[in-house]
Amino acid sequence: MLKRQYSIATGLVLLIVLVLLNLPEQPAARTKLALGGLFLPLFGIAGSVQHLTQQIGNSLVPRSTLLKQLERLRKENEELRQQLMQIQDAWRENAQLRQALGWQRRVPWSLQPARVVGQDPANWWRTMWIDVGSRDLIRPNMSVLTSEGLVGRIDKVGPYRSSVVLVGDPNCRFSAQVQEPRDKSVVAKGIIWPSASTLDRLLVDLTFVPGGSLLKPGQTVMTGGDGVIFPKGILVGQIVDVRTNDYGLNLEARVKLAVNLNRLEYVWVLLQ
Amino acid sequence: MNTLNTIAILLIAYLAVFLESYFRGLRNLVGAQIDLLPALMVYAGLSAGISTVALLATLGGLWFDSLSANPLGITVLPLLVIGLIVHSGRDLILREQRYAQFMLGLAASAAAPLFSVLALLGLGAEPLLGWWSLWQWLVMTLGGAAATPFCFHVFDRFKRAFTYQKLQETSFRPDREIKRDRGPHLDYE
Repeated sequence: MLKRQYSIATGLVLLIVLVLLNLPEQPAARTKLALGGLFLPLFGIAGSVQHLTQQIGNSLVPRSTLLKQLERLRKENEELRQQLMQIQDAWRENAQLRQALGWQRRVPWSLQPARVVGQDPANWWRTMWIDVGSRDLIRPNMSVLTSEGLVGRIDKVGPYRSSVVLVGDPNCRFSAQVQEPRDKSVVAKGIIWPSASTLDRLLVDLTFVPGGSLLKPGQTVMTGGDGVIFPKGILVGQIVDVRTNDYGLNLEARVKLAVNLNRLEYVWVLLQ
Repeated sequence: MNTLNTIAILLIAYLAVFLESYFRGLRNLVGAQIDLLPALMVYAGLSAGISTVALLATLGGLWFDSLSANPLGITVLPLLVIGLIVHSGRDLILREQRYAQFMLGLAASAAAPLFSVLALLGLGAEPLLGWWSLWQWLVMTLGGAAATPFCFHVFDRFKRAFTYQKLQETSFRPDREIKRDRGPHLDYE
């Protein structure tokens, strides 16, 4: 009797697994999002509790501290306004020159703010969930960034939330260029690859850099813009050290990411 | 009680998967997230029926995969295998012993990620693996092992709270009571 029960239970579960693993990509993604949707109430409650805790914490901050902070932010706002005026001038000039040369006009970035709601529970992927989805015009492969630099790209999109593949995940490889920090000249190009040698989640490898390139620690790494996902010129990180590969044919560098992926709370999605 | 126990196990599994995704303190601290589903499966294997084991493997695995980049269904298999092994050997295991719970949790938490990664590699996926994966595996194994006795403790308390307690039988039997009173006495006088 028990053996029969074992066989039925095992058979049923195996059947479900086989069906799910053999689903085509789109239905599998939809099923995954639908199942993950069961956690939306919990994520919502957790978000509200966190917000409430922050509000309580804010109400306990002394008035003098708030006034100091307000003053600092006013100053920062003034400085940023001045910078914006200068940038707008440069932007107009750039557009005129591009038009004169017949180059394609640059479109200003349109950004959608999002809150990080969860991380991948498995240790062998680097993905996270954000609280914006298709109703916020989010589409797969859009870039995700913060003011500090690149975070990753959008993977699956549900109506109310999306998954983001972080830089350093095996499914987030892209071309990058190394710049000299002083004159911004491009030194070399390579591919950002997950680092398999360190526990530090903030280190990735820059691989397939041609041997003889002048790579040095401290140089900045930006997105190369050669692919279709990330636009050119988003900060990725800084080179930490360099080593030679394949008998000197290639160079490989370890790159410290500019964004601390362990402490992300809010991100921006580039709507392009 | 069986239905209530199954519902409680599934509810805890649902909460465990959510917590694994929501809280990143431990991951930031030690570099790895602990998986609580193998510990729960050990409890289910020793304390519930085969249907509960199958349900926990299916729903727990699917919930886990829905929040992860894993292909949907890949986590179900390791959980099912652990559940079946524990359930089939339940008569030989001293489930009340903390040491036995810890050792079972250790074995289950060590086997589950290994099996998952092997299944992923078999499917052609490229999980992020390196030398530090050994450290993550160690953290998952020890964390899961420590969580197993805690799991038993929580569910035992839950059971005590929601079921009728067994009446304690005493050695007293009214028909064998020795009555020590004065009469009836024979009057020899």
